Amino acid sequence: MNMSKTGILKSSLSRKYAMALTGLFLCLFLVGHLLGNLQLFVGGEEGRDAFNNYAQFMTTNPLIKVLSYLTYAGIIFHIVDGFVLTIQNRKARPVKYVVEKGNLNSSWASRNMAVLGTILLVFLVSHMQSFWYVMHFGEIEIINGVKDLHSVTLDFFNPAINNLAGVMTGLYVFAMLSMAFHLNHGFQSAFQSMGISHPMYTPVINFVGKAFSILIPAGFASLPIYLFIIQS
Amino acid sequence: MNITLKVWRQKGPNQLGAMETHKMTEVSGDMSFLEMMDVLNDNLIRGGKEPFAFDHDCREGICGSCSMFINGEAHGPGRNVTTCQLHMRSFKDGETIHVEPWRSAAFPVIKDLSVDRSAFDRIIQSGGYVSVNTSGATIDANAIPIPKHDADEAFDSATCIGCGACVATCKNSSAMLFVAAKVSQLSLLPQGKPESKERVIRMVDQMDLEGFGNCTNTGACEVECPKGISITNIARMNREFLSSNLTSK
Amino acid sequence: MLDSRIPEGPLAEKWSKHKDNIRLVTPANKRLIDIIVVGTGLAGSSAAASLAEMGYNVKSLCFQDSPRRAHSIAAQGGINASKNYQNDGDSVHRLFYDTVKGGDYRSREANVHRLAEVSGSIIDQCVAQGVPFAREYGGLLDNRSFGGVQVSRTFYAKGQTGQQLLLGAYSALSRQISKGKVEMLNRHEMMEVVKVDGKARGIIARNLVTGEIERHSAHAVILCTGGYGNAFYLSTNAMGSNASAAWRAHKQGSFFANPCFTQIHPTCIPVSGHYQSKLTLMSESLRNDGRIWVPKSKDDVEAILNGSKLPRDLKEEERDYYLERRYPAFGNLVPRDVASRAAKERCDAGFGVNKTGHAVYLDFASAFVRYGKTEALTKGISNPSDETIVELGREVIKSKYGNLFDMYKQITDDNPYETPMMIYPAVHYTMGGLWVDYNLMTTVPGLFAAGEANFSDHGANRLGASALMQGLADGYFVLPYTIGDYLADDIRTGKISTATVEFDAAEKKVKDEIKALISNNGDTPVDDFHRRLGLIMWEKCGMSRNEKDLKEAIAEIQELRKEFHSNVLVPGSENEFNPELEKATRLADFLELGEAMCLDALTRAESCGGHFREESQTPDGEALRDDENYTFVSAWEYTGSPSEAKLHKEDLVYDNIELKQRSYK
Repeated sequence: MNMSKTGILKSSLSRKYAMALTGLFLCLFLVGHLLGNLQLFVGGEEGRDAFNNYAQFMTTNPLIKVLSYLTYAGIIFHIVDGFVLTIQNRKARPVKYVVEKGNLNSSWASRNMAVLGTILLVFLVSHMQSFWYVMHFGEIEIINGVKDLHSVTLDFFNPAINNLAGVMTGLYVFAMLSMAFHLNHGFQSAFQSMGISHPMYTPVINFVGKAFSILIPAGFASLPIYLFIIQS
Repeated sequence: MNITLKVWRQKGPNQLGAMETHKMTEVSGDMSFLEMMDVLNDNLIRGGKEPFAFDHDCREGICGSCSMFINGEAHGPGRNVTTCQLHMRSFKDGETIHVEPWRSAAFPVIKDLSVDRSAFDRIIQSGGYVSVNTSGATIDANAIPIPKHDADEAFDSATCIGCGACVATCKNSSAMLFVAAKVSQLSLLPQGKPESKERVIRMVDQMDLEGFGNCTNTGACEVECPKGISITNIARMNREFLSSNLTSK
Repeated sequence: MLDSRIPEGPLAEKWSKHKDNIRLVTPANKRLIDIIVVGTGLAGSSAAASLAEMGYNVKSLCFQDSPRRAHSIAAQGGINASKNYQNDGDSVHRLFYDTVKGGDYRSREANVHRLAEVSGSIIDQCVAQGVPFAREYGGLLDNRSFGGVQVSRTFYAKGQTGQQLLLGAYSALSRQISKGKVEMLNRHEMMEVVKVDGKARGIIARNLVTGEIERHSAHAVILCTGGYGNAFYLSTNAMGSNASAAWRAHKQGSFFANPCFTQIHPTCIPVSGHYQSKLTLMSESLRNDGRIWVPKSKDDVEAILNGSKLPRDLKEEERDYYLERRYPAFGNLVPRDVASRAAKERCDAGFGVNKTGHAVYLDFASAFVRYGKTEALTKGISNPSDETIVELGREVIKSKYGNLFDMYKQITDDNPYETPMMIYPAVHYTMGGLWVDYNLMTTVPGLFAAGEANFSDHGANRLGASALMQGLADGYFVLPYTIGDYLADDIRTGKISTATVEFDAAEKKVKDEIKALISNNGDTPVDDFHRRLGLIMWEKCGMSRNEKDLKEAIAEIQELRKEFHSNVLVPGSENEFNPELEKATRLADFLELGEAMCLDALTRAESCGGHFREESQTPDGEALRDDENYTFVSAWEYTGSPSEAKLHKEDLVYDNIELKQRSYK
C-alpha cells in the first residue's frame, strides 16, 4: 500500500492539484461566460431577444444545469481549498519578518493570490445578487415569453436609472483588474502544480497564460464600460 | 565604512525577541558578512555584553550552516551566495542593515539568529536515500551507463546544501524546493528509480507533518537559493507524487 | 609496546587474509553491543551507517546542527580509485606506490595497500547510493588527473565531490536513523572519553543547545573527528573543526602520532585583514592551467603595490615563473609541499605582490591564448585577432573552472579573467593524528580512530583526492570488519552502566573545566588567544621550521596557555546555547596540541613531506630526508603535560618499495 498516510486529499500536494484543476476549470467557465456576455454588444430588439433567449437557455437546459452545478462546486472547492491553504500557510510562519522584500524575488500577484481571490469572492457575491438572483428569484419582466435579463443588465449600468451605475462600473472594472492579476499568476501556476514543466512547452504555457489573463478580464470589463458610456 | 545594524535578539525558543540596534565603524568592504558579525560580537564581549549566537561553519558557501535573513532577503542581497560569502562591499556606507533569523514554525529559534533545522534531517530520514547496503558488494560502478544529461541534471539537484533559504524566503515557509531537489536527484538516476514511488510519498508526508506551508509557485525560492536550484524540480516532484498515488497498489 | 598488528604474509594478501581470520560477532550478538561514533564526516557517517546496518546499536554525535554539515563537505577536487577505467595502466599497486611516495615514505605500507585495494569498492558503493559523479557522453564515469600522478584516476562531481560523497554517506546514515538503528545526536560535542578497566567504555558529551552534560556508554568508541588544522587559527578548515575529541583521547592514553605533519596547500586566497576568520582554498586543479609568478625586480613589486603598474603590464622577461625556473620537470605541477615552500621563499625575499607581502600570482593569460588558438582552429576561424583568441580561451577556462573563478571574484572583488589571481599557501590538512594499529584501534583498547583523525595512510604529505578515499575506506570497508575483532570479547559483557565511579569522575572533570572557563574573570575574548596561537604556529611551526623557532614557540605557547586560563573572558552561562564557551573549550585543547606539534617538529630533525626543517636541506634549498635516523612514526604518550610527552617509535618497514629522495627538478 503506497497511499499517502496523511491521506491523498489532505496532502499539501493534493490540495495544490485541486486548486489547479478547479482553477483551470473555472478558466473554461470564464471563456463561456464571456462569449455569452459579448452578445450585449449587439444593439436593438434583435440583440435583446437573442441575449434573453441565451439566458433562458442557460438557466433551463438540463445539460447546462449539470455544468452549472459543476461550476458552483468548482468555485466552492476553489474557495474552501484556497482558504485552508492560506490558513496553513499563515500558521507556518507565526512570527513575521520585520523587513521582508518579496518584490525582489517574486511577482506581486503571486504573493497576493488570497487577497485577489477574496476580492473576486466579494465581487462574485455582489454580481450574483445583481443578476443571477434577479434572474432566478427576482421580479423580472417577461418579453416574448422569456425573462428580460437584457434590460436588467442595461439598466444596471444606466446612470439615469441606477444612480450607483458609475460606481458599479468602476467596481466591475476593479474586480476585473483583480481577476487579471489572479489569472496572471494562477494560469501558469496551475500547470506547475500539476507537474507540467518542460523547457520547450512551459514558455508557451506562460505566454498563453499572460494573454488569457489580459484578454478575458479586458473582455469582461469592456461591457460595463460600453454600457455605461452609451447610456450616459 | 559605517553601518547601523538591527539584529534579532531572542534568549531562547519560548521567549519573545526584538530587534537590537548597534552601530559599527570602520567596516571593511573585504570583510564577509560573518566576519563583520565576528567583529560586532568581539565588541560586545569586550563591553561585557552577550554576543549574538548564529550558525556558521565552513565559511566557504558549502556546509549550509549560515542562515541569516538580511535586509528582507535570505542570505541578503546578491544571488547564488550564502551569508558567509556575502561581502560588506555589497552594502553602502551609512546603510542600516536588518538581520533576522530564518522564520518558520518548522524552524524554531534556538537563540538569536540560530534556528533548529532538524526538520530537514527528518525529511531525508523519511526516504531521501537509496536503500542499498554499504557492503560495497554492489555491481561495478560502470555497469549501468547513465546519460550525461541525466547525471548532470541529478547533480544540479544534488547541489542543495540544506541551508533552508527556500523555506525562509517562501512567504508560506514551504520546504518544497528542498524536498523536490532530493526527490529529483534520486528519481533521475537509475539507482534511485526502484523506490521512487514510495520515496516521494513518504517525503511529502513528512514535509507536511513538520508544519511547513504549501507551495504557491511564487518562485521566490529559486531566486534566493544560494545554489540556484530550479523550481522545475518542484514540478517534477508534483508529477511524481501524482503518478505514485494514482498507480499505487 | 607499540604493536601495529600488521598481518603476516605478502603485502597484497594481508588484508584478505586478515579478513578471513578475523574474529566475528554473530548477528544476534551484535544486537547486544553498543558503539559510539563521534563525528559525521565521511568516516563517521559511513562507519555509523555500516555498523548499524550490520546490527550494532550505534549512537552518533556531531557538533553541527545536522550530520550533513561535517567539513568533508567542503572537499572540492575528487576521490582517487584504481579502477583503471581510462586504461592508462592504473592498478592497486600503482595507487599504493603513488600514495606512499607522495607521503614521502612515512606511512605504513600495509595500511596504504589496503586503502588502494578497497578504493574501487568505494566508487561502486557511492554510485549505488546515487552519488552523481561526472560522466562522459557515453554514460560512463569520467576521470581527471590530479596532484601530478601519471594516471587519470580521480572521480569527481564538478567542484563539489566532498559534498556529494558526504551526502551519500549521510543518506546511508539517515536510512539507519529511520530504522532506529542509529540514535543521532546533533549539536552534541564529545568532552571526554570514559575508561573502565583500561578500556574505552563511553564518553561524556555536552548538549550544545541546553548545555547539559550527558553520559553515554558503549562497548567501543570510534573517533571520526577530523584534523587539527585550526591550531593555526587561519586554515581552510571549518570554524568548528577542532581537535578536542582526539586530544582528550590522547590525554586518556591514546598515543598521538606525527602531530607535526601538516599539509599547507599552495593555492588559497591570501589573507586580507586582521578580521580574517578563515582561508578559502582554490582547487589544486587550477595549477594545470595557471602559471605562478612574481616580478623579477623589487621596483616592479613596489610599482604594483603603489598602483603605478598593473601585473599585466609586466613583460614576460620581467616575470619570475619561479616554479618553472626551479623545477623544470614538473613546473607548476610540483606537489603541494614543494609549491608552498617556494611561494614562501619568494615572499620572504620581498617579492610578495599584495599589501601584506604574502601573495603570488596565479596567471591564466597564457592558458587563454593556448586554448583560444585551439578553439579558433576547431571553430574554423582563420586569422583570428589576439582579442578573439583570448576571448575564446576565456570561454574554455570558464567551462573548466567557472565556479572557482566566480568564488574568487566574490571574495576578492577582482576579476580573475582580467587580472591574475593572487594566491598564498594555507593550512589545509593534518596527516598526523591518533596512532592506530592495523585495526584502526588506538592504544586505548576499544577506542578507535578513523579518517583524518588517525595518522595512518598519508605519511608526511597527502596527495590530492586521497582524503575522501581514506575517510570512506575506513568507514565503509575497514572498521566494519576490524572492530569485530575487538568486540568479539564483549558479547557477554552486557549493557555498560553509566552509574559508575568512572563516569562520575569524568563528568565532574568536564563540569569543573567548564565552570573554570565560565567563571574566569578575564577580559580577553577567546578568538584573541586563538589568533595569537595561530600566529605562533604559522610563523614558527608552519611551512619551514628550525630548532630555535620551535623552542621559542614551545615557550610562547606555554605562556599563552597560562594567560588564556587566567585571562579569558567567556560570556553567558554553561547552561545554555553558548558558542563562545564551545570555542573556549576547543581552544584550551589547541593550546596544548600546538605545543605537542612543535615538540614533534623539534624532535624530527629531518625534512620530509610537509615537514621542512631548515637544518635538513640540500645545498640548493630542497628538502632532505634522513631515512637512516627517521624512518619511523613518532607516537607520543601523554604523561601529564605536552612538553613531558614520551616518544615511542614505530619503525616503518618498506619491503615492497625502495626509498628514494623525491626530486621534481
